[in-house]
Amino acid sequence: MAVRTQDERLRPISLWQRLLLRPELGSIAGLVVVFGFFAIAAGGSGFLTWAGTRNYLEVAAQLGILAAAVALLMIGGEFDLSVGSMIGVAAVMMAILSHPDYGGLPISLSLVITLGFALLIGYFNGWLVLRTGLPSFIVTLAMMFILSGANIGFTKLITKLTIVSGLGDSLAKDPLSFLFTGAFLGLPAAVWWWLGVTLVLSWVLLRTPFGNWIFGAGGDPTAARNVGVPVRRVKITLFMLTAAAATVVAAIQVMGLGSANVLQGMGKELEAVAASVIGGCLLSGGYGSVIGAGIGALILAIVQQGIVYTNIDLDWFKVMVGGMILGAVILNNYLRKLSMQVRR
Amino acid sequence: MTPLIELRKVSKYFGPVVSLKDIDMRVYAGEVHCLLGDNGAGKSTLIKALSGVHQPSEGQIYMEGQPVVFNSPRDALDKGIATVYQDLAMLPLMSISRNFFLGREPKKKVGPFTLYDAAFAAQVAREEMKKIGIDIRDPDQPVGTLSGGERQSVAIARAVYFGAKVLILDEPTSALGVKESAVVLKYIVQAKLRGLGVIFITHNVHHAWAVGDTFTVLNRGRSYGTFKKEEATREQLLQMMAGGEELEALAVELDLIAKKDPTTAAQIEHKAAEELHKPN
Repeated sequence: MAVRTQDERLRPISLWQRLLLRPELGSIAGLVVVFGFFAIAAGGSGFLTWAGTRNYLEVAAQLGILAAAVALLMIGGEFDLSVGSMIGVAAVMMAILSHPDYGGLPISLSLVITLGFALLIGYFNGWLVLRTGLPSFIVTLAMMFILSGANIGFTKLITKLTIVSGLGDSLAKDPLSFLFTGAFLGLPAAVWWWLGVTLVLSWVLLRTPFGNWIFGAGGDPTAARNVGVPVRRVKITLFMLTAAAATVVAAIQVMGLGSANVLQGMGKELEAVAASVIGGCLLSGGYGSVIGAGIGALILAIVQQGIVYTNIDLDWFKVMVGGMILGAVILNNYLRKLSMQVRR
Repeated sequence: MTPLIELRKVSKYFGPVVSLKDIDMRVYAGEVHCLLGDNGAGKSTLIKALSGVHQPSEGQIYMEGQPVVFNSPRDALDKGIATVYQDLAMLPLMSISRNFFLGREPKKKVGPFTLYDAAFAAQVAREEMKKIGIDIRDPDQPVGTLSGGERQSVAIARAVYFGAKVLILDEPTSALGVKESAVVLKYIVQAKLRGLGVIFITHNVHHAWAVGDTFTVLNRGRSYGTFKKEEATREQLLQMMAGGEELEALAVELDLIAKKDPTTAAQIEHKAAEELHKPN
């Protein structure tokens, strides 16, 4: 090593090797494949039209908002399985608070209260994980059951039903609801939220000191702590962030539908993890990309909506999603190994 | 000359276990002080006391003549004592420059935002590595793509850049091949020439002898004393490290076996000699 000549050392790194360093590379390849497949298989039946595009973008948007926050949390080395139940809780809470028969509050105020409650749950998740030292997988699994159970219990106690509907009036009065249900340049608000959240979180991850701490806290918490990274604070902040993202998704759904259902958001926690993993996040933490998670959400949405335009029976959707996840993870793993080869 | 760091009668007990007893040690600026000893001699406990992980049960640590207490690793770091552990505390998937600045990110103000100054980090990481003789091709490449010796050198360069006065290296060569060890030994000398006090922990006498100015030998939690290079020979150090009396006992034992079974004894003896002399 010491005898290596100057020329060899300054050898430029090929564009390919630079690309390999990007965690999103695998998901971009996946996006091309999936889009290509449906463009060919369903291009004639409306997949490529503006309506078809809008269709899968809307689905991608809600998942993508969640996935962006979940990706950051995963890079920070933790999991949140309670985020799906959190959507249900936030949706019902918001609906009950602003329903004329119950809370009667303006929707913006109930949104703020709900957000505060969600942040509290997120804080509690993080505090519990760090206090007990248990894997966040287990702690948030428990929280998932507690939240969804309590949600059904409280909702039935208050409304005798599991659905809160009839919010139309209260919504129409509030100008704020436009922020969640309106449209701009032909795209629904959810898509703008998705783009905004993804860009801001990606910027935080890559361009701020806090982003560096997220990588550190997830990569090796002990090492990070030894060099002065406030690992505890970073992780708790990330748990709060995922709960906040769940609230945003809940707001979009409640204001869009004018009603809330206790089962809302069920299973979304795993879809968000799937999107993050397709986008290059490692389950072990310390590596990944917010942009990649967004692309992962887009892939899942294209598969889900694209299948409608083909002759394939809808029952096969989950098989395709599973195949996508497996394929993407194997590809990502292979690419990462390639990029990590010692360059001597 | 006042020593950079001095230990006076430092002892550390863990319940009934005496890990260190009455250790005296002085480390001066611009010297490589080797801490030698077999496994279990108390080397790790001693560095943990110096780097703020443990506090001594008895005795006092002085820094530049003043008594000091290190409450935490961060506290020791802030007072100028940087420790490079065997496992390096590096994140293999993170880039060199991000690893270099983890926990002490360079910041720049853009409007109302405080941003991570990536360009500055990359430039400094490259320059600092160059100063100790490594041309990194790309500060954005992951640390995982570096060889063991290069990773070790990133850790050393980081410590030096952040103003360490005392650099503690915990077995930096133990996991490395011969060539790589030579590279790390070179950085140790460079750090010393820049005026740092280097504490080099190893159980490899050959590596210690190559760069060391003074040697402190630990055995079973006690110090055999500190020796200047001209006062001792490599063989004496080796003898002390292994614990002289234990070696003698071993010789007697081997002798007894030899009387019963000469061939096996010869094999054992040969193996033991190899064990002791291999340069790791």
